[in-house]
Amino acid sequence: MSKENQTAKVSLIDQIWNFFSSVKLAVIVFIAISATSIIGTIIEQQAEPQKNLIVLKKLFGESASPYIYNILDFLGFTNMYHSWWFVLLLFIFAANLVICSIERLPKILKTIKEPASPLTYEQFKSMPIRDEVVLGEDIDHVKEKTVSALKKAGFKTAIFEENDNTQIFAEKGRFSRLGVYITHLSLLTILIGAVVGIYLGFNGYLNLLEGEQSSFAYSKNENEIPLGFEIRCDDFDVSFYEKTDTPKSFLSILTIIENGKEVLTKTIGVNEPLRYKGITFYQSSYGFSPSMSSLFKFKVISKNGETEDIALRFGETFTVPDSNVKGTVSDFSPALAIDKRGRLFTYTESMNNPAVFIEFTENGKSVYNQWILKRYPETWTIPTGTVEFRDLWGAQYTGLQVRKDPGVWLVYLGCFLMSIGLYVAFFMSHSRIWVRLSRNKGKTTLSLAATTNKYKASLQRKIEKIIRRG
Amino acid sequence: MDSSLFYGISTIAYIIAMVAYIAYLAFKKSPIGIGATILTSVGFASHTVAFILRWKEFDDIMQMGLLRSIPLTNLYESLVFFVWCIILVYLVIEFKYKNKSFGAFVTPIAGMALAFIDISGVSKDIHPLIPALQSNWLLAHVTLSFIAYATFAISFATALMYLVVTTDDRKNGVYIFWTITVGLFAVILIAMALDFLVLKIILGGKESLVKNYLFKTTFRNPSGLVVAASYISSLILIFIVWRFGYILKKLISSFSISENLLDELTYKNIAVGFPVFTLGGLIFGAIWADQAWGRYWSWDPKETWSLITWFVYALYLHARFLRGWRGKKIAILAVIGFFSTIFTYLGVNLLLSGLHAYGGI
Ligand code: HEM
Repeated sequence: MSKENQTAKVSLIDQIWNFFSSVKLAVIVFIAISATSIIGTIIEQQAEPQKNLIVLKKLFGESASPYIYNILDFLGFTNMYHSWWFVLLLFIFAANLVICSIERLPKILKTIKEPASPLTYEQFKSMPIRDEVVLGEDIDHVKEKTVSALKKAGFKTAIFEENDNTQIFAEKGRFSRLGVYITHLSLLTILIGAVVGIYLGFNGYLNLLEGEQSSFAYSKNENEIPLGFEIRCDDFDVSFYEKTDTPKSFLSILTIIENGKEVLTKTIGVNEPLRYKGITFYQSSYGFSPSMSSLFKFKVISKNGETEDIALRFGETFTVPDSNVKGTVSDFSPALAIDKRGRLFTYTESMNNPAVFIEFTENGKSVYNQWILKRYPETWTIPTGTVEFRDLWGAQYTGLQVRKDPGVWLVYLGCFLMSIGLYVAFFMSHSRIWVRLSRNKGKTTLSLAATTNKYKASLQRKIEKIIRRG
Repeated sequence: MDSSLFYGISTIAYIIAMVAYIAYLAFKKSPIGIGATILTSVGFASHTVAFILRWKEFDDIMQMGLLRSIPLTNLYESLVFFVWCIILVYLVIEFKYKNKSFGAFVTPIAGMALAFIDISGVSKDIHPLIPALQSNWLLAHVTLSFIAYATFAISFATALMYLVVTTDDRKNGVYIFWTITVGLFAVILIAMALDFLVLKIILGGKESLVKNYLFKTTFRNPSGLVVAASYISSLILIFIVWRFGYILKKLISSFSISENLLDELTYKNIAVGFPVFTLGGLIFGAIWADQAWGRYWSWDPKETWSLITWFVYALYLHARFLRGWRGKKIAILAVIGFFSTIFTYLGVNLLLSGLHAYGGI
């Protein structure tokens, strides 16, 4: 079909196809997604109206802000990344990518499959890079040297003998033409992965007190999501940077129970989640919720080194081994501090500096009492030994983010492909060199023509090096 | 030995070098140019030493292993690293292309970043890391992002130079665009220099009293009169750049840099920055978020702005294939891309809020 014919008979479908295969549409979509996303970063997403009204008041003044808010809300800007039009934009983006690739792939594949061939005189003249030198050696010698120099530089070579001259064809990076397509394919893979995650996965949370177990996670709106197994929190622990309240790490020991059997126990921390049957548990927060059944755990060591691990409830009594001294837990503070006048107080409702007050008696008579602080070993010593405050167990809960995302592997695959695709697209190029050698009164004329799809100057430099060496 | 001493040396070297590069562009005396290069190289060496020392200091305090202790945990350290990357890329380009005229456009970006550290009062202390930030992915994410930002900064400079040498019709939109950009660039640089001078020389040792000094001598001055005068002088300065832009064109053209070279340099820097940003900025960031919070993407403002920046550069790369976009239009995109980069890096923290580490100053 000739060109005129084609334009005369473009059907509607062709028009749509052409529209969706154009880079122009890509440019429009890029601009549209970026511009609307900017609004989405100014308007807080899925937030209470009040918060955004304050922002709008600052930008547009008192009187206009409610109207602007209503308009933005109506257009979906308060939850824009999930609005129908944003999803439509992403869909157009994907369609553009697919159709554009389908349209161009055959041409690229043809370039890749194209067999090596010598150039005609005219083709030779039209190449973007050309050079010519006359060498004092005979043609076979030059041929050998050129081929080996090209091979050394990573080129594949083919030799064509013609009537009066020889052409050497050298090529490198043929497959680098696919880099752009790998990149585009990777984008689709990521988008598909995201869609799979949204429709087949869930995002929930679960707070588990030490010792508790659950077979559900909870969605944002408090709906139960069945897990298919049970999960128990055996222990939770925070450690702090010395003398600060900045947590250094927080860890939970979790056990998976399936059909009444414990199948797996793992310690998780921030950045180290637990995965089981496609569901992932992330350490995301923690909290303090003590009860009368929480257990104080001590390691008590007597003067002559006898050690005993003790666990007891608030108000209960233990005996220091090898003695008649009994201790009773009579006060507790999750975060003990001392003010300027020497008064003790609890500075926050979380176990930042847990402390117990123990009253010691000997034969029923009060002998001494003291605060024992978990984070300060110097407070553990008592006249008849040491009482190490190990933990208050069953008082802290671990905050877990629970996620199932069957699409995440596609997203990761896409990321991997994109890294490769971009590397190939930007750091590799497809170069072809033709060298024609002809006899010239005992000397050899070497003419060269070359083309590349990228970084012309660097190919030129490379060629100069090769010629100089050859 | 203390890292801050070496930082001090490098800051002073860079700032004098910046002045020297600008003087070299204006007067074209080769001793000035050589001096500028030497100063930049000395500053860079000292900066490298400082970085290594700070790394060691950090390691001594944190005891988390050498790799985890790379000093890139707060705004201060990231700004300093950003400057280090810019200077590195710049020196490579200067040596490769044997042309010092870029210096006058690149070093002011580094100078602004350094002045910003001092006058905005960002905390220079070493802070312990909260658990979510103890991740190798985060480390790779931050390091690569700043390398990409540095290449974007250079492409901004070369794109701007491209616009300067290709237009001189005062009524042309492109001309107006670059004169306003260069004018604003100069206004911000001068305003920051004034803050810096007032803070260092007049207030001297009392700098700890002033938390955030950015634009306090000019646009944010308590006196309304000074504020008005600042805006008026800014407009006048932009007007002067617009009126006499052809002088700048002549200056740059006299360095025998062709439009094509500037276009190529812009593309090459973006061609390196784009994949590095994709891998480091977006992919590693997503992996880190996935491991820390269980969501690889949450449309947080910082993430969204990274994506916007990414789209602007994707736009740059694709618009090259459209007829009529090559040349000036895509150079404008490269300039906008860097504005978007800066906003991603600073604007989101200063103007919008987010979950990220560099929240607030
Ligand atoms: C954000 C999404 C996208 C990314 C990251 C991306 C990435 C790339 C990259 C890296 C290149 C190579 C550029 C160069 O060599 O300078 C490229 C080229 C190209 N892209 Fe995209 N792309 C995206 C979206 C699209 C879309 C939606 C289309 C749809 C039309 C498209 C069509 C093209 C075309 C036609 C080329 C030129 C291919 C060639 O050199 O033959 N891209 N893309």
